Amino acid sequence: MHDVTLCLNGDVHRIRVEARRTLLDAIREDCGATGTHAGCEHGVCGACTVLLDGEPVRSCLMFAVQADGRELRTVEGLAKDGVLHKLQQSFIDHHALQCGYCTPGFLMLAAGLIEADPDLSDAALIDGLSANLCRCTGYANIVAAVRAVLGRAPS
Amino acid sequence: MKPAAFEYHAPRTLEEAVAVLARVAPEEGRVLAGGQTLVPAMALRLARPGHLVDINGVAGLDRIDVADGVVRIGACVRHAAVDAPGPMGRLMALMKRHIAHGPIRARGTFCGSLANADAASEWCLLAVAMDARVEVRSARGARILAVDDLLLGSMMTTLEPDEMIVAARIRLLPERARVGFHEFARRAGDFAQVMAVAVLGDDGPRLAIGSLEPRPRRLPEAEAALANDPVDLAAASRTAAAALLLPEEDAYLRALAETSVRRALEAAA
Repeated sequence: MHDVTLCLNGDVHRIRVEARRTLLDAIREDCGATGTHAGCEHGVCGACTVLLDGEPVRSCLMFAVQADGRELRTVEGLAKDGVLHKLQQSFIDHHALQCGYCTPGFLMLAAGLIEADPDLSDAALIDGLSANLCRCTGYANIVAAVRAVLGRAPS
Repeated sequence: MKPAAFEYHAPRTLEEAVAVLARVAPEEGRVLAGGQTLVPAMALRLARPGHLVDINGVAGLDRIDVADGVVRIGACVRHAAVDAPGPMGRLMALMKRHIAHGPIRARGTFCGSLANADAASEWCLLAVAMDARVEVRSARGARILAVDDLLLGSMMTTLEPDEMIVAARIRLLPERARVGFHEFARRAGDFAQVMAVAVLGDDGPRLAIGSLEPRPRRLPEAEAALANDPVDLAAASRTAAAALLLPEEDAYLRALAETSVRRALEAAA
């Protein structure tokens, strides 16, 4: 067993895990933050995307021991003082989700993309969002929601 | 599924890493760098290493060094960070956006791709096209391998169980060199069906193709055709496609290869 300290949305979690515990399972089972969803669990779908030191990564493709001392952000960290993050509000406004299973992953992916480059082009946005799978929306409304946050008119 | 149990090791120096690897190699010990292929294989229980030697904490392995006309890419340099001066950097940039997606490129490594030896690996193709060399270390010593002596076939290399790649070395291209890359994949970010690299205006034309055969290779017949004056890119592309050893006679894949080669050549011309 390994003692691991995760800094999750600003809160310090000291957990004890097996080496084989994925970061995804540690976030959900050991830290109790179940907003991050387990989809395919082998790196294809992106439902488990979290920000690791500000960068989107698949939390199912890392072991929790590897994230010791690192800064993690998940969907629970987006809203502040009961006010939704602008991406969350925009997803609602643009009907960018239906079943919602992929949404936490898409929100963290989009947050990472726009924080890294607030001026990213439409082409770069679409390329970036292609990392994750959504089986409900057909993606158009997800793209529209993120474009709106970037201050762009509907295309 | 969840990975099977394993013992985790986090060495801080290269000496420590190869010492641990030597000790655990007989029990299916494996090196963990980016983990973007190994961890899914473990989740699917296709891989059940008894030990993982995580080299992410080894100082200096995340460095890119440029000296004497060679770029040296350390074992923990992520796909997203791969870079070099001049035309080589431009070629790397063209290729890396085809490697899976952003979150994968943030973790997976250049040298890990070489060690994994997937037939559809962009970096294996680049390494073969440029006659790259890899620095290999074990507790027994160090050796430098030409990439042609590293890659045996699909997912097979000549690395011994106690050896790890420390860095890859690729010769830089002169400013006059022109580069081209083309890839066909069913979806953006998916594995390549076929891909081609062309380098013109260097010491001689370089043309290499990946994904259709068990490992990437240069195509000397087509490179020779490119030396003709005037250059006929379409004819060279046909020669390249005709030289491929496909598992069965597959007109579609051969046509795809011809188009991919032609587009890579046109981009470089």
